[in-house]
Amino acid sequence: MKKTFIKVSAGVCLMIAAIAGCKNAADSQNNKQTVSTDGSTSIEKVIGYLSEAYTETHSDVTVTYNPTGSGAGIQAVAEKRCDIGLASRNLKDEEKSKLNETVIAIDGIAVILNNENPIEDLSIEQLAAVYKGEITNWKEIGGADAPIVLIGREAASGTRDGFESITGTKDLCKYAQELTSTGDVVQTVSSNPNAIGYASLASVGDSVKTVEIEGIEPTIETIQSGKYKLQRSFIFVTRKDEKLSDSAQDFFDFAVSSQADDLIVKAGAVPVKR
Amino acid sequence: MKSIKNKVHAGEKAVKLIFTSCGFLIIGFVILITVFLLINGIPAIREIGFQDFFFNSKWASTAADPSYGILPFIMSSVYGTLGAVIVGVPIGIMCAVFIAKTAPPKVAKAVSTAVDLLAGIPSVVYGLLGMIIIVPFVRDLFHLPDGANLFSAILVLAVMILPSVISVSSTAISAVPKEYEEASLALGATKTETIFKVTVPAAKSGIVTAVVLGIGRAIGEAMAVMMVAGNVANMPGLFKSVRFLTTAVASEMSYSAGLQRQALFSIALVLFIFITAINFILNVTVKRNKE
Repeated sequence: MKKTFIKVSAGVCLMIAAIAGCKNAADSQNNKQTVSTDGSTSIEKVIGYLSEAYTETHSDVTVTYNPTGSGAGIQAVAEKRCDIGLASRNLKDEEKSKLNETVIAIDGIAVILNNENPIEDLSIEQLAAVYKGEITNWKEIGGADAPIVLIGREAASGTRDGFESITGTKDLCKYAQELTSTGDVVQTVSSNPNAIGYASLASVGDSVKTVEIEGIEPTIETIQSGKYKLQRSFIFVTRKDEKLSDSAQDFFDFAVSSQADDLIVKAGAVPVKR
Repeated sequence: MKSIKNKVHAGEKAVKLIFTSCGFLIIGFVILITVFLLINGIPAIREIGFQDFFFNSKWASTAADPSYGILPFIMSSVYGTLGAVIVGVPIGIMCAVFIAKTAPPKVAKAVSTAVDLLAGIPSVVYGLLGMIIIVPFVRDLFHLPDGANLFSAILVLAVMILPSVISVSSTAISAVPKEYEEASLALGATKTETIFKVTVPAAKSGIVTAVVLGIGRAIGEAMAVMMVAGNVANMPGLFKSVRFLTTAVASEMSYSAGLQRQALFSIALVLFIFITAINFILNVTVKRNKE
């Protein structure tokens, strides 16, 4: 009995030591500087890649990210609750009086069709009518006599939010399928000759074809020049009246430098033209 | 002498203590999950209103004017499960008869090994195959614009419930006393008549257990369903894109916030109640089986 007691108490001591060890580690982390970001969930991947690469070389800095939404992020930075706000829309005029915006990347959304589909070009109005269910047959927009199958993303998706806000179809889309990943969308469109879907340009391969929007093909160049309409900016929002902390400024400079370009491409977005 | 005995005794006690604590740990998990779901699930039902939550057929959680009716999910889950049982159970029972009665021993062994393998395949693989094979197949077969619908989900679920239906009902069928069948055959019944009129009815309670297990598997499946059912919150129709209770939680949880997130917990609570009810039915049938 006694021996068991000794064993158990030894175990308990070990556990306490382990917990204490963790606490020490946590303490040393508190000496780190923190750069806090808050905002659009669409930017999550970009900010994830950027912060990971940045903290690799700057181990004394932690970059935090709070996924709320563009509006909430802009409000948070205005109310000084974070260092950098993240928005996937441009600032409104009244917001611009107190805040600065810096475009760090561009989100190009490609409209994809099955390779068998003869359609090459669509206008934003046609896209909106298709997704709202006003046009339901391909022949109405110059394709074969076949029903249109609308493939979209789940309600919380950033790509869906971008697509619907640019085409003005928010909450109006009559989807046939709501899929939870870009890969699923591409796979579904590639296997159904009547399907149409949308995805970030970077994740579209050869298995499907991309459509020109109002005569402009989606490429990195047309997105950077702003000719391709189905795009939106990912912006960093900062306060005008107050300088960023040194570490936040350093992270900001890193994010807008050409060093960040590869990371932005990896995250599925298009870097800005320099 | 005495000290050795004491030592052994202490060791026994310690091991017993470990066993007991593991047992209570499991009860702890169940209580933890139940309490967690109740605490997180009830507020949204209160806020949305019982009537609006359960009997409203419109789910639009991220709309400017959100609506949180889960009737489409409940009905889709019920129809999907029912469909899977209608398609899967007859195949399962007949396969069980084959394994337990009519197959040569070597073949029976091979088939039951295949059934065990089927049980071990991860659901995402079922979903992937469903997406690449069943969805286009259903589309071409019925000349539909799109094959991701309730029917495809039913087909995938029917295959997924087969292993539990087959293994439990073949055990029940093998357990039927040989005398029953011999008596039937001696009275002049054919082998087929004997199987359907004597053996299967005698194994009835075991087969019911198998069916209930299958229902539990079908209603709780998320991944495979998400990949083949289309996931649009429609009221169910055989060839309509539908969203199940499980997929409703899985597809929106990652970015949800506020009332939407709470409503997802409420859906999880509803699913939990469904599955608890099915387990309860299972326990009752197993108990009756023993008596």
